[in-house]
Amino acid sequence: MSKNSGIIRILIAKVGLDGHDRGVKVVARALRDAGMDVIYTGLHRTPEEVVRAAIQEDVDIIGVSILSGAHMTVFPRILELLKESEAEDIIVTGGGVIPDDEVDDLKKLGVKEVMLQDTPPQNIIDSMQRLVTERGPR
Amino acid sequence: MRNVPSLELVDRVAAGDIGAIARMITRAESGQEECRPALAEIYRRTGRAHIVGITGVPGSGKSTLMGKLTATIRTTGRKVAVVAIDPSSPFSGGAILGDRIRMNELAGDKGIFIRSMATRGSLGGLARATLDAVDVLDAAGFDLILIETVGVGQDEVDIVQAAHTTIVVSAPGLGDDIQAIKAGILEIADIHVVSKCDRPDSNKTIVDLKGMMTLGLNFSGNSNWRVPVIATSALKLEGIAELVEAIGQHRKALESSDELDARRKRIAERRMLKTAEEILRDEFEKHRDGKVSALVSQMLAHKTNPYSAAQDLLAEIRMEK
Ligand SMILES: Nc1nc2c(ncn2[C@@H]2O[C@H](COP(=O)(O)OP(=O)(O)O)[C@@H](O)[C@H]2O)c(=O)[nH]1
Ligand SMILES: [Mg+2]
Repeated sequence: MSKNSGIIRILIAKVGLDGHDRGVKVVARALRDAGMDVIYTGLHRTPEEVVRAAIQEDVDIIGVSILSGAHMTVFPRILELLKESEAEDIIVTGGGVIPDDEVDDLKKLGVKEVMLQDTPPQNIIDSMQRLVTERGPR
Repeated sequence: MRNVPSLELVDRVAAGDIGAIARMITRAESGQEECRPALAEIYRRTGRAHIVGITGVPGSGKSTLMGKLTATIRTTGRKVAVVAIDPSSPFSGGAILGDRIRMNELAGDKGIFIRSMATRGSLGGLARATLDAVDVLDAAGFDLILIETVGVGQDEVDIVQAAHTTIVVSAPGLGDDIQAIKAGILEIADIHVVSKCDRPDSNKTIVDLKGMMTLGLNFSGNSNWRVPVIATSALKLEGIAELVEAIGQHRKALESSDELDARRKRIAERRMLKTAEEILRDEFEKHRDGKVSALVSQMLAHKTNPYSAAQDLLAEIRMEK
């Protein structure tokens, strides 16, 4: 009975103050149309809420969108909370408006992929699938 | 947590380890052989939880209500788990699961566990692994397990075959009629909720529904239980305590009659049947290029017929066991 295996679960959250989620909804739909289960948690989430939800949902990937410029505090916090919870096998990715040099900094910290606002949906889908394949089974 | 064998998760599940509970549910969803012995062990440890199904048309306010309900139940110290099920896209098989948006305020509480599930093509409103997930949560010590399903029609309400108590949610403003009547799911309720009673048009929905009830249409198959109609507002926090009370009362009514045992039996029967169907489907796929193909050729040549072919296939499967 292995029909359900290999389905990628991804949690999408918006962290920070900005109040529109059109962009992440487009991404969520694209991921669903690629056959993934997308758990959408809505606006204004805190890193704590994101990590707790991700663990309960046992997602493969967290995708956090930040437009408000708080990424250099939010992502380290999420990575730290995952580590504390022994859930480092959850892949952290980000999206939004992030300057190039900070993209490099985030990747050094352990954020596996950073999608900018103009990243085409197909590239996002490909990245997610590649990241889960690279991680291997769990 | 990486690649821990499922059997090693069992004790951690029983100890209430959130990561282990979550992973065990994922394994159950994957349906792989590897997790069968673990699920068997988990099943052995179940039977304590009160399983409550909440159904109603999309947008009727189920998730929002469950958020408030869960918070209220938590004030009594009981642990609550939520399994929220949404349909998968028939085109891609993927799903957007958005029920958590309505329950975010619950996130910080360790006595609450919320899991989203997609139906993945299974009919009846439940996902194939829903009851396995419920087992995991039961064995993990959750006192109440709430299952949210979309109820769109009579054939779509497997929830009654899964829950001890079924709540049907109707909302004002979603059309002229009570949607539950239209969908034919009125009869399955042990408790009726009219949600969004902060809206002025909710009165008509309440009156209509109560009218149905006073017609003597006490459907729940349990003579010592009168199906209540409870008006709630998640916005104004009205009717929530009353609903919690009604859920507890219903459990008591089940326990003080034969009905709890009858329902447990019904659930067990149904699970066995569903599981048998799945096994058969999997076996069919496994034999598709072999025995199935051979029998199909014989059918096309009119050397056998569908009934005999099916018997032959079943015999073949049994011989391999
Ligand atoms: N006015 C009012 N709106 C509500 C109430 N409960 C839910 N809603 C709204 O109804 C919509 C659907 O709610 P949701 O809980 O997602 O419904 P579900 O699809 O049945 O789970 C949302 O826009 C909610 O904000 C309520 O008590 N009063
Ligand atoms: Mg819902």
